[in-house]
Amino acid sequence: MRSKIIAFLLCILLFSVCYPVVFLVVGSFMGQDELVNNLSPVMYGDAENYAKWTFLPIYPTLRSYVEVLMDSPEFFISFWNSVKIALGVLVGLALVAIPCAWGFARYEFRGKRYFFTLYIVFMMLPFQVLMLSEYLVIHKLGMVDTLWAVILPGIFSTFPVFIMYNFFRGIPNEVIEAARMDGAGEWRIFLEIGIDLGLPGIAACMILQFLEYWNIVEQPLLFLDDTWNWTLPLYLPQVSLENAGASLASAFIALVPSVLLFFGGQEYLEKGIAATSVKN
Amino acid sequence: MKIIKLKATASSHWMFILPSLTGVGLFLMVPYLDVFRRAFISTSGERFVGMDNFRDVIGNAAFRLAFLNTFKFTVICIPLLLVISLAIALFIYERPNLNRWMKPGFLLPMAVPVCSVVLLWRLVFDRSGFLNGTLITFGFEPTDWMNSEAAFWVLVISYIWKNLGYNVILWIAGLSAIPKEMIEAARVDGAHELQVIKHVTLPNLLPSIFVVTILALLNSFKVFREAYLISGNYPHDSIYMIQHLFNNWFRDLSLGKMAAGAVMISMTLIALIIFLERLWNREGSR
Repeated sequence: MRSKIIAFLLCILLFSVCYPVVFLVVGSFMGQDELVNNLSPVMYGDAENYAKWTFLPIYPTLRSYVEVLMDSPEFFISFWNSVKIALGVLVGLALVAIPCAWGFARYEFRGKRYFFTLYIVFMMLPFQVLMLSEYLVIHKLGMVDTLWAVILPGIFSTFPVFIMYNFFRGIPNEVIEAARMDGAGEWRIFLEIGIDLGLPGIAACMILQFLEYWNIVEQPLLFLDDTWNWTLPLYLPQVSLENAGASLASAFIALVPSVLLFFGGQEYLEKGIAATSVKN
Repeated sequence: MKIIKLKATASSHWMFILPSLTGVGLFLMVPYLDVFRRAFISTSGERFVGMDNFRDVIGNAAFRLAFLNTFKFTVICIPLLLVISLAIALFIYERPNLNRWMKPGFLLPMAVPVCSVVLLWRLVFDRSGFLNGTLITFGFEPTDWMNSEAAFWVLVISYIWKNLGYNVILWIAGLSAIPKEMIEAARVDGAHELQVIKHVTLPNLLPSIFVVTILALLNSFKVFREAYLISGNYPHDSIYMIQHLFNNWFRDLSLGKMAAGAVMISMTLIALIIFLERLWNREGSR
């Protein structure tokens, strides 16, 4: 009986945790009149009344989407900038961070502990600690106000190394020794065994890093002045609330890639997250 | 021939690590060393000023406010998140039916982009927003959430909302690694459910705590995004964080203060990481 009550309370909690997504979907299908009717106290700063909401749109319409997709070129620009940054970081991650994690996880060498601790420290340092000097490096490389200023440092973020390290540690030694006995070279062992058995971890890393760079605020804020280079998180809050329909529709469109990726890779994501917390 | 081959194996880790190490050196190590150098020189030029920058920072009222806020946020949020997620994990991990659909449900907020969250916040926590509208119907006083002390708690809730599922999964993984026999044995011996948790489950979860805490801490820095996007450079005092301060110092070109502050913050973090890592290595080797 008691566990039924707890389960029921959990369901309520779960519903409130997921409701914001439902809210965005519903809101993006409401017409401007309906939104003004519901939200005018917030939109125009009316202190006497309060915003209200209906669970479903009374007159569902695609008007807001048409407006965002047809009449807001800035939205497209920032959307593609975000896509470019996220994809750039992911490609780099595959080429750099994953081999590195393999090197740390499968080989013993002098100073390894110190190097790895260094990686954990850099993973934990907030961007603000390094931002001044990182800005100078990026300035020297002539990358200020280009998307590379966000992509290139992103490729060398040490977080995926940490995640993949734990994942690669979980591969049994015997598998690798057996391959070595068969005369496989170190690269072949990595490419055929490491990548194959580490796939869930790699997928999880990719999803986590995608979410990270889809939401990146600090670096673009500092390194990208030109609004042509702005990313979604910088552009969207600029859309005034008076245009509530466009705000909601663009917030929902921004949500689509990450939610699709999330549901597509959810099984991997869970496995990958889980692998980090168990010590191998 | 054989010796040469062995040598190749012994150093082959470098070919995996070197590309990453080069980039880490350029984009992280070099800037970090530069921060150290700058902490001891004057803002304008190359003059060595000893500890002056540090004195400036410690004497700075904005720094103390930001440091205390960030510290308060960390010590409230992280234990709160760890306890709530552990409680949920303990309840659902032995119930596969709940487990299957609750895990993705709690994880979903992670996929909601910060820009969408910010829009929601404006509508919910505005003085005329949904939350106040609801409170009024139940006869409570409305609050201007983002422009009062309450802003701090809005940030706390948003952090827990976003990270709850991630931590539930981490805990469930830790729980699944505990041998079932141990828990069964304790139950057979007549231990009460809470006693089992206290004497068997929790001690066996200790190795997970390192990673869970490190990741919770890492994610706690990211609430700045929500705080910044909704309130800009100068939010209410209660959510003025270290990140706001550094952004403002950057714009004012207070380079000396930035560097000294960065050294102090990074030292605090490094001490914490080494402490946690020691704990991890000791617990894991048992």
